[in-house]
Amino acid sequence: MSLTFDSARLPNPHITPEHEEWRAQLRKFIDTEIIPYAEDWDEAGHIPIELWPKAAAVGLLGMGYPEEFGGIKEGIDSWHTWIANEELARIGVGGIPASLMVHGIGLPPVINWGSEAMKQAVAPPVLAGEKHIALGITEPGGGSDVAQLATTALHDGDDFIVNGSKTFITGGLRANWVTTAVRTGGEGAAGVSMLLIPTDAEGFSRTALDKKQGWWASDTATLYFDNVRVPVTNLIGEENQGFKVIMTNFNSERMFMSAAMEALGRVCLEEAVNWARERKTFGKRLADHQVIRHKIVQMKQRLNATQAYIRVCYESMEAGNPNPGDIALLKVQASETMEFCAREAMQILGGIGYMRGNRVERIYREVRVNAIGGGSEEIMRDLAARQYGV
Amino acid sequence: MKVLVAVKRVVDYNVKVRAKADGSDVDLNNVKMAINPFCEIAVEEAIRLREAGVATEVIAVSIGDKSCQEQIRTSLALGADRGIQVETEGAVEPLVVAKLLKGVIEKEQPQLVILGKQSIDGDNNQTGQMLGALTNMPQGTFASELVVDGDKITVTREVDGGLQTLSLNLPAIVTTDLRLNEPRYASLPNIMKAKKKQMDVYSPADLGVEPKAHLTTLKVEPPPERKAGIMVASVEELVDKLKNEAKVIS
Repeated sequence: MSLTFDSARLPNPHITPEHEEWRAQLRKFIDTEIIPYAEDWDEAGHIPIELWPKAAAVGLLGMGYPEEFGGIKEGIDSWHTWIANEELARIGVGGIPASLMVHGIGLPPVINWGSEAMKQAVAPPVLAGEKHIALGITEPGGGSDVAQLATTALHDGDDFIVNGSKTFITGGLRANWVTTAVRTGGEGAAGVSMLLIPTDAEGFSRTALDKKQGWWASDTATLYFDNVRVPVTNLIGEENQGFKVIMTNFNSERMFMSAAMEALGRVCLEEAVNWARERKTFGKRLADHQVIRHKIVQMKQRLNATQAYIRVCYESMEAGNPNPGDIALLKVQASETMEFCAREAMQILGGIGYMRGNRVERIYREVRVNAIGGGSEEIMRDLAARQYGV
Repeated sequence: MKVLVAVKRVVDYNVKVRAKADGSDVDLNNVKMAINPFCEIAVEEAIRLREAGVATEVIAVSIGDKSCQEQIRTSLALGADRGIQVETEGAVEPLVVAKLLKGVIEKEQPQLVILGKQSIDGDNNQTGQMLGALTNMPQGTFASELVVDGDKITVTREVDGGLQTLSLNLPAIVTTDLRLNEPRYASLPNIMKAKKKQMDVYSPADLGVEPKAHLTTLKVEPPPERKAGIMVASVEELVDKLKNEAKVIS
């Protein structure tokens, strides 16, 4: 027996035949519709727009969203989500899931807090892959310190007038709407609201951020709001209650990032083991050198720990009592594991690992976007310390 | 029109199988199983007929132990309306499969039966033909195209010399070739819906069949390992080796 992406997965008693079927069908979809083109898309810095409706048809975009908007919610649980994130990570091209699934952070605020009319207008076309939504929180003046954001939305009759900018916005170039954090009140968290801003509004503009370390396939943008007029009815949730909306979004975002990071670490393990079993040095296989064997099992050890931790957090989400501190630290656990596996796999692959065109090289470049995006390791630790009442 | 589709549980085509150490069989321990690709094409064809309004019901039948219900569920997730499992133990030979399918045909009276031309494990390519003989129904094997026209079907067959077109009276048996269609993916909503679809379980006795073994597997061994290649210094040396060592040119 060898260590492959699948065999290196710990058993999970929650997995049913339906979950396995979902994995099988999704893998077939990804192996046919994505993997043969993934590298070219990454080099080109672009994913064809046709991929979204295809992903919608297989049920990927609608997973976990209400049926009335074209989603599939009945019977769907965290294990379906985990499987989807694993399988998308297995592509080894992080920019693809980042862009394809960006509605996973942009749409939930609309579904959970938006008006009925807003949901009806936005959710069905997004879940059908016909239109796109992004989440706009980070600003050029600050990222992690969400409570200090400076983009303003001031009342003017039945509208808000929005001024400011957002940056590092995944899916920002393609988005038809941006779920945007704006300041409608005084300083700090209590003055923040969420506003759905259509990107065809007058005064909205955007520029591409296309020189990135990784995630080349993903569209990333800076957004500018210059006296953009948005109806008050576009508020997502209550005025000045935006911080709560942002915070409820974070748990699931951190969970799917953690699931992806563990799976990316597992891809590194698989690639490293395949190479170590093939490559001969000093008269024996790399895999027969103790120094290499130890690297491999140390990767597996950390992947095991992360998988078990992911399971515990998903179990608490299924039970309806997620612990934000535990989930924040899971994200740190996962990014450190991914970083370790990428490093060790690269050492095992040696020169060939440094060449573009293999999954380990790309994953190595995409460690940092995971360790920083969705809450940096430093912020996660700080949040956990506060959650635990240290 | 009622369409019956047979599906078989086989080792996933991506898996590199190994022989058991004692040479008795292929090692199936912890091996990923899937629906036989030719059977999947059969399911797809039946679903397309229903979507086109030609078929009214698609029934997926599989023969095997309880685990083959997974492949029936896959067929239901792809769009079949209901499933039938004929519960058997151990390996079942093509002739027994054909007899059991005949039993199901007698119960269900389908107008059209679609099977894969062969399964990728045994590569027997016998079941469809045997079923044709047992039921006295016309058969169109290795179909690359299937058109239903009233109480007849036109089947285009992939034969060695090219394509052969047959016209068959219904009820008929068709076995699928690779190019008949490209199967769809089962979507997540359809996977969830498949859970609720009806699945009946019959025993061979219910169908009046007693499974018998006519074949004995003597030995299963892996193909010889490919030897490492060599670099030749010149075209002359290559030609010389091809002529005198490999003897593939003269």
